Amino acid sequence: MADEALFLLLHSEMVAGLYRSAEQGEGENGRCTTKLESMGFRVGQGLIERFTKDTARFKDELDIMKFICKDFWTTVFKKQIDNLRTNHQGIYVLQDNKFRLLTQMSAGKQYLEHAPKYLAFTCGLIRGGLSNLGIKSIVTAEVSSMPACKFQVMIQKM
Amino acid sequence: MSRSPGRKQENHKISRELFVLTYGALVAQLCKDYEKDEDVNACLDRMGYSIGIRLIDDFLARSAVKKCRSYSETADIIAQVAFKMYLGVTPSVSCNSAAGNEFSLILDKNPLVDFVEELPAERASLCYCNLLCGVIRGALEMVHLAAEVTFLQDRLKGDAVTEIGITFLRKPEDRKHRR
Repeated sequence: MADEALFLLLHSEMVAGLYRSAEQGEGENGRCTTKLESMGFRVGQGLIERFTKDTARFKDELDIMKFICKDFWTTVFKKQIDNLRTNHQGIYVLQDNKFRLLTQMSAGKQYLEHAPKYLAFTCGLIRGGLSNLGIKSIVTAEVSSMPACKFQVMIQKM
Repeated sequence: MSRSPGRKQENHKISRELFVLTYGALVAQLCKDYEKDEDVNACLDRMGYSIGIRLIDDFLARSAVKKCRSYSETADIIAQVAFKMYLGVTPSVSCNSAAGNEFSLILDKNPLVDFVEELPAERASLCYCNLLCGVIRGALEMVHLAAEVTFLQDRLKGDAVTEIGITFLRKPEDRKHRR
C-alpha cells in the first residue's frame, strides 16, 4: 500500500538523519538508538490506544502477546509474526522471518552491523504498545541473517 | 465500489496514523535536539528532500502517469494523484502568476496535523509540515523540474487554510541541444 512506502522511507530517513547528526556532534551511537527507541515508544503508545478502542478485554499476558503478534503486527507491517515462543515466566521471543524494514536492505549477512539501527524504533513500538496495555517490559532485538529477526520481550513485574 | 468491511477501513486508517504519529515523534525529537526553529525547519526540509527523491520512483511505478506537458498539469498531478495516493487528501490548485510557473496547493484538511492542537508558544515559527515541501522539491528535481516549495499559509499558525506554494524555476537553456 502506498502508505507503507511513505512510512518505510520516513523511517530509513530518520535513522540516517539521526546517525548523521551524531557523527558531526559528539558521536555517541548509543544515544541515537535510545532516541529512536523512545520515538518508537511514543508512537507505540498512541497507536495501541487507537487500535484497541473497540476490542474486547484481554484475558491475560499471553493473550496480549498474541494480539501483538497477530493483529498489531498485521496492521503495522502487513504480516503476522511467524513464531512466538515463551518460557511462561515472562520472556517472549517474537520471530519475524521477513521483517518489512529489513527486506530492502539485504538477504543474508551483508550489512548485518547496520541492522540494529533499523530495529530500535520497532523495539520501542512494541514496548510502548505493551506499556499502554499495562505491561512494563524491556524489548531487545537480534538479527543473525537478514531479513529474519527476533524481538525478545522481558516482562517486568511491578 | 463496494464498501469494505469495517475492519479493513480501520486498518487502513491505522496505517496512516502510524505515519502521522511517527512524524509527530520525529518533530518532537528534532525540537529537543535543535534550539532554533530555523534549524528544525531546515532539517525537516532536508529529510523531506531525501524522501522525495526516492518517493518519486514509487509514485511513478504506482500511478503510471503520462509525461506532463505543462507546469499546470504537473501541479494538478501532484495535487490530485500524489497527495491522494499518499495522504488521502486532494488539495485544490490555483495558479498565482501570469507567467504560469507559480502555483498554490490549498489544503483544508492536513492529515499530518491530525493530532496536533497548536504549536507551543516558544516554537512559533516552526513549520510543522516542512517535510512535505522537501518531498515535493526532491520529487520534482528527479524529473528534472527545479522548483522552490514553501508554506505560504499555515493553519497551525493561525491562518485560515494551509497553503503550499510551488514556484517552478525556468531553466533558460533547457531544451536547446536535443539531437
